Amino acid sequence: MSTETITAVEPKRESLFSKKNRKLLTDPLDDSNPITVQVLGICSALAITVQVQQAVIMSLAVLFVMIGGNVIVSMMRNIIPDRIRIIVQLVVIASLVIIVDEVLKAFSPDISEKLSVFVGLIITNCIIMGRLEAFALGNKPGPAMLDAVGNAMGYAWILLAVALVREVFGSGAISFPGVGQVKFLPESWFMANGGFYENNNLMILPPMALITVGIIIWIQRSRNRSLIEEN
Amino acid sequence: MEYLSLFVKGIFVENMIFAYFLGMCSYLAVSKTVKTAVGLGFAVIFVLGITVPINYLLENFVLKEGALTWLSPEYATVDLSFLSFIMFIAVIASMVQLVEMIVEKFAPALYGALGIFLPLIAVNCSILGGALFMQERQYPSIGEATVFGLGSGVGWLLAIVAIAAIREKIRYSNIPAPLKGLGITFILTGLMGMAFMAFMGIEI
Repeated sequence: MSTETITAVEPKRESLFSKKNRKLLTDPLDDSNPITVQVLGICSALAITVQVQQAVIMSLAVLFVMIGGNVIVSMMRNIIPDRIRIIVQLVVIASLVIIVDEVLKAFSPDISEKLSVFVGLIITNCIIMGRLEAFALGNKPGPAMLDAVGNAMGYAWILLAVALVREVFGSGAISFPGVGQVKFLPESWFMANGGFYENNNLMILPPMALITVGIIIWIQRSRNRSLIEEN
Repeated sequence: MEYLSLFVKGIFVENMIFAYFLGMCSYLAVSKTVKTAVGLGFAVIFVLGITVPINYLLENFVLKEGALTWLSPEYATVDLSFLSFIMFIAVIASMVQLVEMIVEKFAPALYGALGIFLPLIAVNCSILGGALFMQERQYPSIGEATVFGLGSGVGWLLAIVAIAAIREKIRYSNIPAPLKGLGITFILTGLMGMAFMAFMGIEI
């Protein structure tokens, strides 16, 4: 787990896209990925990866809440008393999540129903809390925003990868809003029509989400050996 | 009998970790030794057992549509349920603070071992998840809500102690290097989840 605390002693006029700041954006995609390396935000990553569509909505919601939370907390960092900072952070996050929940309920009630409690659980998504603690409390709003975008993207790509694997192998098709299901294999290949192929229903069940993430971690760590753990 | 069925369901059939992946963060981070796992597991049972009934009262006497009629009949149309997230999390955060103080006073060794993870129970998804499932499933009485909370907590304890025991032993096995630690823990949890699927659909 990485905990970076960049002290406030930095040159006065630093552009928003300096080398250090760009690193904030790209690091979470691989070297300090929130899910596979920092082990944050696993719950939602596993539960809503049955369909790509749900994963996209969830990623967008997390992106919004993270940017909002990181920027707001970073702006308030000098006036938040240390002892009650957790409660302050929770209130900021909870307000943002309420906005997301109400918007979802208003504009796409069926998706909101499918995500059920997991929208509410963005509040306790450890990525958001973790980044607020580790980064936003010690940095200016600009870098905090970049950090939020970077981490949300790192979270999103894992989510999408898992959802893609699970939906393709589990349902043999990907459903898009408006378009409906897009199938990859011709109907006649399926067992039901006398073919040889059958969807792997196990992929839709919860345990395979864990195993898929485990395999993603395996691949990532064999490519990037510096991430390997001692035991 | 109803209570027993709900309790068993919370432990095995609707296990917080294997069926809903709630509380995975602390599950993965604190499961290196059995001793700390047991400590955190009991803390979770305790917090779930307290917060679910409190949130149940909050839901039924303040937040739900028409819940405020005990104040005056003219509030029958007031629906405060959009506030539920913020109210639930406030209850949970203050309860966790309380548990932290109790543990620090009476079990300093456990406090030292749990370290940073005790305050993080506040952001343990299984606690808020318990409250939100309670809201979604609309349990008819506070007794059932409490039993549901305790059952889920025991299920969580069972899961974390089991994985901690496996991780203690697996240290001596020859696992491919990139899979060590986190990777193998994920795969093990997946396999345990498959085993728990055998309980699916059981009615008592």
